[in-house]
Amino acid sequence: MKVYVPLDAAARALGADEVVAALQAEAMRRGVALDVVRNGSRGMVWLEPLVEVETPAGRMGFGPMEAASVAQVFDGGPLAIGLVEDLPWMKAQTRLTFARCGVIDPLSVEDYRAHGGFAGLARALAMSVEERLAEVTASGLRGRGGAGFPTGIKWRTVAGAVADRKYIVCNADEGDSGTFADRMIMEGDPLSLIEGMVIAGITVGATHGFVYLRSEYPDAIAVMNLAVLAARAAGMLGASVMGSGIAFDMEIRVGAGAYVCGEETSLLNSLEGKRGVVRAKPPLPALEGFMGKPTVVNNVISLATIPVIFERGAAAYAAHGIGRSRGTIPLQIAGNVARGGLFEAAFGMSLGEIVDDLAGGTATGRPVKAVQVGGPLGAYFPRMLFDVPFGYEEYAGQGGLIGHAGIVVFDESADMLAQARFAMEFCAIESCGKCTPCRIGAVRGAETIDRIARGDASAIPLLHDLCDTMKAGSLCALGGFTPYPVLSALTHFPDDFARVKEAAE
Amino acid sequence: MLDETGLSVRVTEIVQAHQGVEGALLPILHAVQAEFGHVPQAALPVIAQGVGVTRAELHGVISFYHDFRDAPAGQQVVRLCRAEACQAMGGDAVAAEVQAQLGLGWHETGADGAVTLEPVFCLGLCACAPAAQVNGRLIGRVDAAKVAAHLAKVGA
Ligand SMILES: Cc1cc2nc3c(=O)[nH]c(=O)nc-3n(C[C@H](O)[C@H](O)[C@H](O)COP(=O)(O)O)c2cc1C
Ligand code: SF4
Ligand code: FES
Repeated sequence: MKVYVPLDAAARALGADEVVAALQAEAMRRGVALDVVRNGSRGMVWLEPLVEVETPAGRMGFGPMEAASVAQVFDGGPLAIGLVEDLPWMKAQTRLTFARCGVIDPLSVEDYRAHGGFAGLARALAMSVEERLAEVTASGLRGRGGAGFPTGIKWRTVAGAVADRKYIVCNADEGDSGTFADRMIMEGDPLSLIEGMVIAGITVGATHGFVYLRSEYPDAIAVMNLAVLAARAAGMLGASVMGSGIAFDMEIRVGAGAYVCGEETSLLNSLEGKRGVVRAKPPLPALEGFMGKPTVVNNVISLATIPVIFERGAAAYAAHGIGRSRGTIPLQIAGNVARGGLFEAAFGMSLGEIVDDLAGGTATGRPVKAVQVGGPLGAYFPRMLFDVPFGYEEYAGQGGLIGHAGIVVFDESADMLAQARFAMEFCAIESCGKCTPCRIGAVRGAETIDRIARGDASAIPLLHDLCDTMKAGSLCALGGFTPYPVLSALTHFPDDFARVKEAAE
Repeated sequence: MLDETGLSVRVTEIVQAHQGVEGALLPILHAVQAEFGHVPQAALPVIAQGVGVTRAELHGVISFYHDFRDAPAGQQVVRLCRAEACQAMGGDAVAAEVQAQLGLGWHETGADGAVTLEPVFCLGLCACAPAAQVNGRLIGRVDAAKVAAHLAKVGA
């Protein structure tokens, strides 16, 4: 009997390892030969640990599984949820980047190849550099790390730079609350990221790559390190990528717990062994990046999407989406939701569809009050704005951002003044310290919100002024965008800021 | 525990093992901390010399990052996620309960050196919030009782 139990960190945090041990004990008791594959997660976190049993009809799911209930995997029972591929959550997706995640053994090169792996690289190798650049550009792919910069243009800049050494740096710092797409793909299909980095390397003329991976992701670090070894053994990395004569190799580097190190220039400083202080641009990292050499810095999802773009063609990828937001986006649905997890969809879904239909409303069953989109620098949306389609320009038009596509839902018990205060507190804790409006402004911001909390309404205009100063005087988006969550909370939930003066006064 | 000379020797080995590594400082600091549980004062001159930075520069780097400790943590480390998705699922209340149970504030270690409590901003478990990490082990949908159970497992 072949069963799949995810090694994904969320599945393990919900007891997947205990489930594996219980399954093995139960199989032994029954005299059944059990073959356990540790796959990635399908992204249905509310069903984790999700056990799948291979049958002639397809993979049958059982979840959320508990060690005490593993007999159901053999005998059936209320935790049986039928064919996993037929679940509405699975069928409604457009899984391109995540096509293999949760399906294959993440470290099996054979599995990877059997499910379309290497096909993109093979096609890329048969192309000229110019054709590869044109393919990435035509796909319409924009950076999934938050800023949404066109990947093709970035690569062309690095490809055109003349230098003795160039680098590919994968930004796996994923610090935004509510996001875990990078973690999931690194744990569930790490070879796709490696393949994407190889294609980037052979396109721009870089021979070495780094993945800068946050230390908060111990499981992803372990899987990525093993995947690099597997890719090297398979000839995807090394002196002659797939026998092409072109060299590319890479390594995994671990961050040290600083949110700002997700900002690309801060990341580069950190990678060089320095304080993670943000650098002024220009020079662009594309021209003077790691060790002053031309460097592609791309998010995990940007890079892990490259193989499928080459496998299926740029036009097939660009056929999905809306406006200037082409292709698919892995929505990460989190916080107070009945069904949380990762859902890959073409751009364009409304927040209402995501929160009410996909997520099934709140976990607590109380009405939704606010949804923060795009991490700690993203705006809070009230239900009034739930019809905004998911796209870069569409969110910018509402004073928000899609960021890394994290969607955090709050029920009516949320205190939006407290959320605004947290945004300032977080900025103060994580500021790299380079600009005063960010370093000092965020501290003042938290104090000003405390005044409002004590019933001092005269502090509200001060908060607006402070936010203007931070927006105008900050070098990077940490100081510059912290006003988004603050001002959106203030604008859309004014009642939470209308505090009565304490009785004692 | 190594004496100062033994420590210097071991740190020198770690530094030498990173020769030729581009931007070796963070990997070295991680390796030192993995071995000693913190970055000991006595390791600093060796590291500074090894990577070619001043003591002041090295101190600047170490203090910039939340991960590096200048003193050992407690025997057990509890990290609770304080970020938004966990807040939305009652993370603040869980934190308050754990703090009361342990008698510790953020970044504090009990007088007996048994437990250290630290905040963390997102563990990537935002769809099964609130989240925690106890002695390296990740826990989803955490509450104070689960934290206590994980602590007891090791403490017993
Ligand atoms: C404070 C701050 C934090 C950031 N954190 C991340 C991060 O964790 N991951 C990421 O990919 N990009 C992050 N970014 C964006 C990066 O600076 C950069 O735009 C991105 O890595 C480029 O890759 P892409 O074009 O593929 O998105 C952050 C930016 C700022 C200002
Ligand atoms: S805005 Fe803040 S984090 Fe960004 S460069 Fe300025 S001080 Fe550093
Ligand atoms: S916000 Fe707590 S795990 Fe992500």
